[in-house]
Amino acid sequence: MGKAWTFGENMNTDEIIPGRFNITIDPLELAKNVFCEVKPEYSKNIKPGDIIVGGQNFGCGSSREHAPIAIKGSQTKCIIAPSFARIFFRNAINIGLPILECPEAVAGIREGDEVDVDLSSGQIRNLTSGATFQARPLPDFVLKIAEAGGIVNFLKEHDIQELMA
Amino acid sequence: MGTLIEEIFSRKAGRPVQAGEIVLLDVDYIMSHDNTTPLAIKAFREIGKPLHDKNRIVLHLDHAYPAPNVMAAENHRKIIDFVKEQELPHLFMQGVCHQVMLEEGFITPGAIVIGADSHSNTYGVMGAFGAGLGSTEIAVAWVTGKCWFKVPETIRIELRGRTQPGVYAKDVMIHIAGLLGMDGGTYRSVEFGGEYIESLPMHERIIFPNMSTEIGAKCGLIAADQVTIDYLENETPATGPFEIIQPVNPRYERIIELDVSALTPQVACHPDVDNVKPLEQVEGLEVHEVYIGTCTNARYEDLEIVANMLKGKRVNPLVRVIVTPASQRIHKKAMQNGLIEILMDAGCTVTGTGCGACIGRHGGILAPGERALTTMNRNFVGRMGSPLAEIYLASPATAAATALTGRITDPRGFLK
Ligand code: SF4
Repeated sequence: MGKAWTFGENMNTDEIIPGRFNITIDPLELAKNVFCEVKPEYSKNIKPGDIIVGGQNFGCGSSREHAPIAIKGSQTKCIIAPSFARIFFRNAINIGLPILECPEAVAGIREGDEVDVDLSSGQIRNLTSGATFQARPLPDFVLKIAEAGGIVNFLKEHDIQELMA
Repeated sequence: MGTLIEEIFSRKAGRPVQAGEIVLLDVDYIMSHDNTTPLAIKAFREIGKPLHDKNRIVLHLDHAYPAPNVMAAENHRKIIDFVKEQELPHLFMQGVCHQVMLEEGFITPGAIVIGADSHSNTYGVMGAFGAGLGSTEIAVAWVTGKCWFKVPETIRIELRGRTQPGVYAKDVMIHIAGLLGMDGGTYRSVEFGGEYIESLPMHERIIFPNMSTEIGAKCGLIAADQVTIDYLENETPATGPFEIIQPVNPRYERIIELDVSALTPQVACHPDVDNVKPLEQVEGLEVHEVYIGTCTNARYEDLEIVANMLKGKRVNPLVRVIVTPASQRIHKKAMQNGLIEILMDAGCTVTGTGCGACIGRHGGILAPGERALTTMNRNFVGRMGSPLAEIYLASPATAAATALTGRITDPRGFLK
């Protein structure tokens, strides 16, 4: 269970983490400045388990991996958005940041609502309003990557074939 | 049975696959360049496993090459040291990565080639799957030889008719970018076909997959045919037989039909690639630089169009006109056939090959308040240097006409 942090449409990688902070790829360092221009209070107040509710085409812009790394470093549980930019989508999965596509949930969750998300079933419950939403469940292989903490870690222990097994 | 992408993926998967499925596939080649390889090397070290197959790794120095500053030089050093350490067979410093991939025969029909560069979509011109990925995934593919893909839905763009003289594939693709918008192809495979595409030579076809990136597409594909095979056999060291993969009873998410016969020269205007206007609406706008280069439009035939238009004339003396051939091979052929001399006599600055001014690192950076007309594929704010400069995209012919006058100019008045 956690609190929802909402963001607008076409949130680009520069708004997620401005280019000038991309001199490091340390998740905790990056997390200090995540969304620093669009929502400065986020990085100071986020608690583990909180979720991000984004708009359409979340993560558009450059292919830099710093943006999902910064969000992951902030300890958010997942991002829910109607759609993600293609390379952001892949990068998020590969670094083990769970993302759910669910336009209904985005429409039905407001800033500060208490939300509970079951990543494996895709069920999203807004405890503040009582509404529930169903995102497509994350494919097994995405959960495996997320569990390992990203594809690099996954590969340290496993063969890539095990992703699809 | 399926769209071109479903057919290509099915071949590799060894079973029929359909849009929406997730597949883990062997990749034929893994491309990266001086901008993206250092991060991939870092991820590779973290994984801590050996390379899967050196022969599949292709590295290029092109984005900031020759090095314009110490940081670029350090990147090059890191990459060359890695090549030595791992005894990698494919390191190139002879042109824009995508052009060299095609010239060297790495891209064949049905191949799966991933690149740490968003314009890896270019490879779709051979009826191959090409897509851009992040550096971590490149490292993953280095050690596993594989990559996961979600099989995309397909938008088919069916093009009819022939363009009028002075109107090129670039004009058609810019027009399409205007129609679909910057996210019109997101997650999708965009299949280009129809009698217009079939009639085009390779260097014109390339524009479509190359700029499919600009509409957010996962890949942009053109089915291989005799033109593809002739190119492979005559222009590259690739050896056949080449399998021609076609869509079979495809189910498209959307089909867009377009007749190109009445199209006039088009310009993608500052600040977005989908801010497209017929040239006449921006005609006369003053420019400070004309840049003819990049993986989009700096092939031999493009230089030939420009040279034919500039022969015996002088470009506007107050405009910087920069020509950067897409590869050494193109540069050499243009030299042998006298094109470079014509361009120089006309007042153009011909530079060595590479990405050059395209990413605003060197070779033609723009000052605040300046406006450039270029043959590039994207006009992001700040792409060529100052965020206060404006970038307009057009065909090589429009670039040549504009170079002569110093103002955005319709090339049709200059064609012989
Ligand atoms: S020429 Fe431009 S678009 Fe093409 S690979 Fe180089 S930087 Fe990218």
